[in-house]
Amino acid sequence: MDTILFLIFAVVAVVCAFNLVLQTHPISSALSLIGVMASLAVLYLLLGAEFVAMAQMIVYGGAVMVLFVFVIMLLNAGSEKASTKAWFAQVAGLPLLLAFVGLLGFLIARALPDTRRVNFGSWVGGTAQEIGRALFTTYLLPFEIISVLILIAIIGAVVLAQKEIE
Amino acid sequence: MNFFVVTLIKIVIVFAVFMTTLAYLQWIERKVLAHIQSRTGPLRVGPHGLMQPLADVFKLLSKEDLLPPYVNRFFYLLAPFIAVSLALTTISVIPFGPEVDIFGVRTYMQIADLRVGILFVLAIAAVGVYGVALAGWSSNNKYSLMGGLRASAQMISYELPLTLAIVSPLLLANELSFRAISNSQGGYYLGFIPRWSIFQMPFPQIFAFIIFMIAAFAETNRIPFDLPEAENELVAGFHTEYSSMKFASFFMAEYANIVNITCVATLLFLGGWHPLFPAPYSNWVAPILFLVAAGACFAAGARNVRRNDRRTFPFFGLAFLVLALIWTVAAIAIIPWLSTILLAVFWFVAKVGFLIFVFVWVRGTLPRFRYDQLMHFAWTFLFPVALINLLLTALFVALFTRS
Repeated sequence: MDTILFLIFAVVAVVCAFNLVLQTHPISSALSLIGVMASLAVLYLLLGAEFVAMAQMIVYGGAVMVLFVFVIMLLNAGSEKASTKAWFAQVAGLPLLLAFVGLLGFLIARALPDTRRVNFGSWVGGTAQEIGRALFTTYLLPFEIISVLILIAIIGAVVLAQKEIE
Repeated sequence: MNFFVVTLIKIVIVFAVFMTTLAYLQWIERKVLAHIQSRTGPLRVGPHGLMQPLADVFKLLSKEDLLPPYVNRFFYLLAPFIAVSLALTTISVIPFGPEVDIFGVRTYMQIADLRVGILFVLAIAAVGVYGVALAGWSSNNKYSLMGGLRASAQMISYELPLTLAIVSPLLLANELSFRAISNSQGGYYLGFIPRWSIFQMPFPQIFAFIIFMIAAFAETNRIPFDLPEAENELVAGFHTEYSSMKFASFFMAEYANIVNITCVATLLFLGGWHPLFPAPYSNWVAPILFLVAAGACFAAGARNVRRNDRRTFPFFGLAFLVLALIWTVAAIAIIPWLSTILLAVFWFVAKVGFLIFVFVWVRGTLPRFRYDQLMHFAWTFLFPVALINLLLTALFVALFTRS
């Protein structure tokens, strides 16, 4: 059951990711991205990270992507035309892509040599309580630093977006 | 296997009741609005217009399903589907009562008890914006686009105070699952003040409740915040180009969202299925209430205002008498599991019904906001107030709750 669900949503995530690049209309691309986010949330859920899955849906699937869609709708961006490819991309594109994928796979396999079978649902450290405890004890300093960083980003955004006052 | 069968039965029951409720919310809304405005409302189809929802459904189904040539077809067809399916999903995590034991099968009165139930509801609400936004954009129509933009801006803005208002009762309950939140509100102070979140020490959540309800009006695009479908400015807003069943699904989604958000409000702030009074007395509230309603119906039937009322009001009176009898049986507790279910359902439905009535009441009494007022209100008043409430709650919980 878990394996079937994993396969379904992994395929959906990959198809949506391809669709995101292939679509010419920005709204279609944005919606494909939402599809990727939602499938990833389901994969997190399968691994037992329920809090992260829901946060993924609320923050990325909801807030961030709504802003994307909102801006696309507001600017009324139309379809893009596919440009003619440069000679370099035509000749070397496919081999370079294969080389990149191969290298990436090799590095990942090297970095994670101890490949064990994933047991869906066996991990129980993904509850909100566990994450809260981890954030406020083990990872307190990074958490606070990130909070300050986000605060700086918000203030910076407000300053930049502010109209020039005489 | 047993789990699947029980869950399937629960899904069928909840779905049937939910869909009927959605159909009849339209009738309730029209009736209440009519009486607020000194009219009678639907009266012709069935006794007191009770068959009106059926007639409406039949009308909507049999109307021509237009597909305008200038729309973006894929998203135009996808939008009502997103709206309605997400709106119908939320009810699956709502608990209606405690654990019951029916012929040896112990089960919750809830389809799924998620440990992150409230986050699930927020996630569904966050994604629900796309239905409205896409409908407005794909219709390829200025009014629709304006409606869709307004809807998404409004829903993003009001999600903040809504979420902050939700966090405060969560601090009191210390849990994210609806069942645990509701259970934490059982019991009474001094034997008679219920421990609902709006009364709960150390910091009663009455302000959070008010903020939540105001934001809920905006989230469900209801008057006084129904800017996305303001008739005098935008024709019908984001669903201008929709007809037949696609139009109906937007309406269904709106009513489903109202039911969902009132259920969440009930569970977070009004103690879910926990009664207002301690158990032995509260069991008799339902039969007495139904008896009073029956008496009122008989009295209205005797007053003889309209010709049909002589027949219909006594009929309603009889129906209320039957209800009173059922809940009397529940109060005496002849069959334990049945009385558990009936009493829990009565209190839950009473609270949800009251909140839905408030929704209609507000619609009947308040005018629409202007758009800049709406945004100004959200960001400069509601958001800071919700934040202050959250800080105070956190402070009081930290000071007075043993860890």
